[in-house]
Amino acid sequence: MTLSLPHAVSVWRRAASMYARTWKLNLLPNFFEPVFYLMAIGVGVGAYIDQMGGMSYVEFLAPGLICVAAMNGASFEVTYNIYVRLSFEKAYDAMLTTPLQPEDVLAGELLWAVTRASIYGGIFFLVVAAYGLAPMPSALLALPVVPLTGLLFAMIGVTFTLRVPTIDFFSFYFTLFLTPLFLFSDVFFPIEERLGGGWLLVAEALPLLHPVRLARSCFSGDLGWIALWDLAYVLGVSAALFGWARRAIVARLTS
Amino acid sequence: MAATELPSAANVEPVVRLRGVSKRFDERLAVDGVDLDVPPGSCFGLLGPNGAGKTTTLRMVYGVTRPTEGEIRVFGLDVARDPRSVRARLGVTLQENSLLEALSPEDNLRIFGRYHLIGASELESRVGELMDFLELRSHAGVAVRHLSGGYQRRLSIAMSLLNRPELLILDEPTTGLDPAVRQALWARVRELQQGGTTVLLTTHYMDEAERLCDRVAVFADGRVESEGSPAELVARHLAAETLEIDCDKETERGLLGPAHEVRRIRAGNRLMIYVDDAAPLLERVHRLLDGNPRPVVRPTNLEDVFLALTGTRIGEADQ
Repeated sequence: MTLSLPHAVSVWRRAASMYARTWKLNLLPNFFEPVFYLMAIGVGVGAYIDQMGGMSYVEFLAPGLICVAAMNGASFEVTYNIYVRLSFEKAYDAMLTTPLQPEDVLAGELLWAVTRASIYGGIFFLVVAAYGLAPMPSALLALPVVPLTGLLFAMIGVTFTLRVPTIDFFSFYFTLFLTPLFLFSDVFFPIEERLGGGWLLVAEALPLLHPVRLARSCFSGDLGWIALWDLAYVLGVSAALFGWARRAIVARLTS
Repeated sequence: MAATELPSAANVEPVVRLRGVSKRFDERLAVDGVDLDVPPGSCFGLLGPNGAGKTTTLRMVYGVTRPTEGEIRVFGLDVARDPRSVRARLGVTLQENSLLEALSPEDNLRIFGRYHLIGASELESRVGELMDFLELRSHAGVAVRHLSGGYQRRLSIAMSLLNRPELLILDEPTTGLDPAVRQALWARVRELQQGGTTVLLTTHYMDEAERLCDRVAVFADGRVESEGSPAELVARHLAAETLEIDCDKETERGLLGPAHEVRRIRAGNRLMIYVDDAAPLLERVHRLLDGNPRPVVRPTNLEDVFLALTGTRIGEADQ
């Protein structure tokens, strides 16, 4: 069965309608979170650091934190929210009584997770720009990186969600997977200056590293060949996981 | 019973047609070689105890469960091959409501209507119609979580009608509802049926089946034990009249003598005896027991058939 975009959009609209009810409440933390980070770590800790990666610490930090915001936005959607719809609300069982197919449901939910990631990351970008930390116009190139980060983490998260036996496992996902990524993916320090040969190759497997490196090179206007590798990683991993998640959701919703 | 005239089954293609349908989940055979024909415009009931295979059968009809064996056609289409076109023409009310509790009934209907790709202005008019049809207007602006079970059920049924289905599938539509709500929902189902909608439902309530269904199929252990109109089933398996009396097994033997072919069901101390004409038996009861305990004579109903087909068969077990 092929995917139908209009049907996927109807699933996206369900999530969007729920979000629209409380969008003011939802946006507020999205707005303050970056302010806190930039103040405490960028400006506070940054005062003790002359330079990092050839720039001021707060400048170094900004593009990475935009990607982290996108990662978080997507991750909450595809973990807790999808799990609840799948297991408690039986929302997908109801959807499958209509012409919707499991693939439409998956695509609609992923589309919404990317939207949510873009809202998170987009607001962070605005705050960063308002601080004068986004060199124009080159920083604008980093904008497409926001939904791409969302896509990557939506795919990783949904793959996990379709596998977990109970909702309790999500704390592992956040604490043992996303938190180390957040800390060790080039966001706070340049990983290539800290790691030696073999380890550097291992670090290339970390998913957050690639969007962060892409966003930072967009900010600095210094896009090299490695940006192509980063882009290929994000798109390739997303596509591979989509294939897996598609089979998993079909198996889960139909029998 | 609904008074609709049924077209003769022979010359009209059934809306739902199952042939040799089985479903195996790992070791368990949930549905075992089922044949069914649901005639257009009829109300067809699947009866049976929990776990008898009713819900699995419904899921196979709307194509989310694939049969291990056999063929299913709905509107003449192969469900496995054409699930989108089949589901575009049918509506399903699931056993458990799945509603957006923070939203109003109208918003729930709008969101669900979009799954059918109904355009904005058409959607508004259908939402309005269904709010009226299921008498939800008085609760239009209330978040669904504040609605009573009866109103939530009305909304669930309204959602399954948004695409104006030719076939309405109801999985235990009135379980847990109070008598007034059940009556109101039955009236709606009958109206839909009079408007030409075919209805396929499951229920545990024999009064519901007797009131709504033109035909019923009694399921037990994944198989159809018997199928026909409620009256046909009574005639086929039992007899027109039932005499109920409290008595022990010894009195039972005294009453019926060697007439072991008489169908009867015992539930504890209560004995139900099925006969075409209860008058001679009633006289015998009065003579032998002197009217004490007091016997009851009533028409045999679907509940008796259900017990006879799915419960213990006392008459045979005793021999």
